[in-house]
Amino acid sequence: MKPITKIEIITRPEKLEELKKAMNNIKVTGMTVTQVYGCGLTKGHTEVYRGRQYSINLVPNVKVEIVVCEVPVEQVVEAAKTACRTGKIGDGKIFVYPIANAVRIRTGEEGDIAIIDPNDLEK
Amino acid sequence: MKKLSTIFSMCLVFILTLVPVVFANEAPIEPSKINSGDTAFVLVSAALVMLMTPAVALFYGGMVRTKNVLSILMQSFFVLGLITVQWVLFGYSLAFGPDIGHFIGSLDWVALNGVGQEPSSDYATTVPHMAFMTFQGMFAVLTPVLITGAFAERMKFSAFAVFILIWATFVYDPIAHWVWGAGGWLGEMGALDFAGGTVVHIVSGVSGLVIALMIGKRRGYGSDVMMPHHLPMTIIGAWLLWFGWFGFNAGSALAADGLATSAFVVTHVAAAAATVSWVLTEWAYHGKPTVFGAASGCVAGLVAITPAAGFVSTVPAVIIGLSGGIICFLAVAVLKAKLGYDDALDAFGVHGIGGAWGAIATGVFCSTAVNPAGADGLLYGNAGQVVIQLVGVAASCVTAAVMTYIIIKVISLFMEVRANAEQEIKGLDITEHGERGYAYQDFMVGSPITTSSSNAVSHHSLAKETALM
Repeated sequence: MKPITKIEIITRPEKLEELKKAMNNIKVTGMTVTQVYGCGLTKGHTEVYRGRQYSINLVPNVKVEIVVCEVPVEQVVEAAKTACRTGKIGDGKIFVYPIANAVRIRTGEEGDIAIIDPNDLEK
Repeated sequence: MKKLSTIFSMCLVFILTLVPVVFANEAPIEPSKINSGDTAFVLVSAALVMLMTPAVALFYGGMVRTKNVLSILMQSFFVLGLITVQWVLFGYSLAFGPDIGHFIGSLDWVALNGVGQEPSSDYATTVPHMAFMTFQGMFAVLTPVLITGAFAERMKFSAFAVFILIWATFVYDPIAHWVWGAGGWLGEMGALDFAGGTVVHIVSGVSGLVIALMIGKRRGYGSDVMMPHHLPMTIIGAWLLWFGWFGFNAGSALAADGLATSAFVVTHVAAAAATVSWVLTEWAYHGKPTVFGAASGCVAGLVAITPAAGFVSTVPAVIIGLSGGIICFLAVAVLKAKLGYDDALDAFGVHGIGGAWGAIATGVFCSTAVNPAGADGLLYGNAGQVVIQLVGVAASCVTAAVMTYIIIKVISLFMEVRANAEQEIKGLDITEHGERGYAYQDFMVGSPITTSSSNAVSHHSLAKETALM
């Protein structure tokens, strides 16, 4: 069984479209997207309401989780880096995890065939 | 729950004792002195003032956190129902009925007995008595609604409802009688309050402050983030308030005439001037002009011009507005932070202080050239008027404060006044009303992870911050 890997990309919300396009270009079509809040080197901003000042230091981001088997992990990471980089603080992070098992719920398939696109198998 | 049932049953029994009044014999009808223009104007003004109650609800509602928005709306909505009924059953009689000792009205007009389609001989003599009564009824509803801002996000609804009923009867009705009732001692002393700077704004502001101090600050006040959850709602509320205020001030002329016109114009001008002055002051102070500031400024201006509306001319209105905006901004943004009390939505800062400033300004700028039935003020050679106005301010402040304190103390013997910590964290919408304001509210707005704060009192640092991320 080929190794299954999860790539987790946390980046700016406005980069989501570009990231999806970049992933589609390397034949990665499945992903799970969540809206998250986070901080790192980012300082956030300040808001004032009738004299009360609030420092908002958790900044909205998106987390895109991609699980791949056939597509090389380095290819995914490179494409994500290129798509999401702006050069300024707040670009985000990419984390790579090994996956022990995967299941396609519809068919009950387990292992690498759960990740692989059935169309690609026929070739 | 059992105590609530007892209270409601007692109210029901009380109402049933009034049934015989319905069958009392009416007096013979005299030839009508009704002016149709005046009547139309008073009725429309009453409707405009009614609109101010939902407007205040929206204004306050947008300012609280998501989990408490319905509690604000419910408090306002319920008061509209509760005080309307109280007003027609006995509130109007206590406030405007035949005088007893210059202190209170008698119960002669209970259940509007004697208040019919013919004009009153004392009030608004060219419109049906019921028109005057219902116009005043909208004021009686609005005043308690203004208080809700002070104890927002932490007062239990049951205690609130009981408090409002008692407060309306023992604070609003007597003070309204003192200022506006035939024979009321403040009115007879010469205190000028055209549309309710004292009766409505000072009284509600001070009462609110007392409750806020008695029930204490919100959990996490000063450290947790408590941002307005829906500023567009607040702005809509402010705009509707401005619109309704034309009925509040101009309608208080009780006639469709030159005085009403003058009151209309100065109301608009003061609101506009205060909007500008609050925005500019905040811009200088915090580095950015805010729409929340614009909305707050317009309300401050409207409050300040309220007692003066039928006594001052245009230029004084501009001055009252400009200064009202600055004074209320400082009260809200500086004084409150320094003293540390949790008047959540600035009922005292805007209505209490704005109303007091307006009452004093009336004593400075009033002129018999505008309204012969008024008086001349400090600028026209009569410094005594300011003193009279100060007496009115002091009397209403003290009465409102003392009575509110007593009422809350008494109520607290029978029921919880403040929501406990768990209820406050969960939010009053769920715990008091079993409802949620927004279907998605747990996932998006208002959830604790959207913001985390370090609250800074210093205002100079903000001016440098512009870039996001």
